[in-house]
Amino acid sequence: MPKKGTKKGKSADDEPKEQNKLPEHLEVQRTRVVCKADAPTEGFQYAGAFAAMGIDNSVSVDKFCKNFKVMVNRLTEDDMEFDMIGIDASIANAFRRILIAEVPTMAIEKVLMVDNTSVIADEVLSHRLGLIPLDADPRLFEYISENDVPNERNTIVYKLHVSCKRGSPRLTVKSGDLEWLPEGSQLPLASPAQSGDKQKTYTSFGQSQKDIFEKPLGVKFKDITIARLGPGQAIELEVHAVKGVGKVHAKWSPVATAWYRMLPEVVFREEIRDDAAEKLVKKCPVNVFDIEDLGNGEKRAVVARPRACTLCRECVMGPTGEQVELRRVRDHFIFTIESTGALPPEVLFTEAVRNLEEKCERVISELS
Amino acid sequence: MDPQQPEPVSYLCGDCGAENTLKPGDVIQCRECGYRILYKKRTRRIVQYEAR
Repeated sequence: MPKKGTKKGKSADDEPKEQNKLPEHLEVQRTRVVCKADAPTEGFQYAGAFAAMGIDNSVSVDKFCKNFKVMVNRLTEDDMEFDMIGIDASIANAFRRILIAEVPTMAIEKVLMVDNTSVIADEVLSHRLGLIPLDADPRLFEYISENDVPNERNTIVYKLHVSCKRGSPRLTVKSGDLEWLPEGSQLPLASPAQSGDKQKTYTSFGQSQKDIFEKPLGVKFKDITIARLGPGQAIELEVHAVKGVGKVHAKWSPVATAWYRMLPEVVFREEIRDDAAEKLVKKCPVNVFDIEDLGNGEKRAVVARPRACTLCRECVMGPTGEQVELRRVRDHFIFTIESTGALPPEVLFTEAVRNLEEKCERVISELS
Repeated sequence: MDPQQPEPVSYLCGDCGAENTLKPGDVIQCRECGYRILYKKRTRRIVQYEAR
């Protein structure tokens, strides 16, 4: 084992020392996944893989704190892409799974159908209503449990009263027709015991939601088709939206999708020139390669846009298979979050991080 | 139900869609178009569904 250099770090198992670097082919095995024409070749991942060479390959908090980096590539109102560098796949995947299944949102859960003479069945209509994204911050609400009375802190009420008059053309019912009821349900639960009593409804709001929330709790998109009504048909119903998480039902999932891919890396083992270069450029469906003019009619292929690579392996199949190497960087993730609208994507991610933190704290307190 | 006052029930014509109020013993026929198939209306009682 080579001796460590004169400089002494904080601890011996801190990180791979500059002095004892792995030879290049082993470093590739450690940090990359190589994609061959038929299948990816996994390198070595376990902690002691390179112990004999004085390299510590373990996952540690110190290493993570030193190497972790985030770079935001694109951020819009409901869509973002960012790079997470220096993170273990298991943690990146944990964030993805938490985003999909465990970050709460509000969604319609109960449908009180008074009238539905349209051709769409009650159950199907209810299911469609459940999937409508609502423009309500779930952090301002509480979960409702089975025996709870719906109140202004755990329930949002909407009503849908639409009808198509006789003799008029077909009517399309859009999500914008849902009307928010900040005072709670308007449907009577049972006749009052005494005539002077206030009529009991399906909810018991202590105060108007208009006084609690700054902005009205509408639907996020007003142009989602719910149903179509023929002449003489009508829908009259009330819906109750509650807080929930995606693992109970996908309608509560705050993301259209959250996904990641490892950073692609395209490397030439040897130069590709002239005709072969032209062929390679044509072969790639996402235009990863470009041609560089070397003068006197000579040309060379260069890797211009490796990030666009979808790892289709077109370039490692066929004649250039030996000259091109396709790799993925093991600890560099290109993470994409598409929000359904309740919260902006960057807030969703911080919520996911907080969620994982809470899980960790729960484990620690269970163990201590 | 009170047998003395049979409640009139309204039906929808299967052809023209007009509303017809019938009492027991009435001829089952639409007053507007004479069609003989009438449909009972859907209940207005609240039915609760889970949006799943």
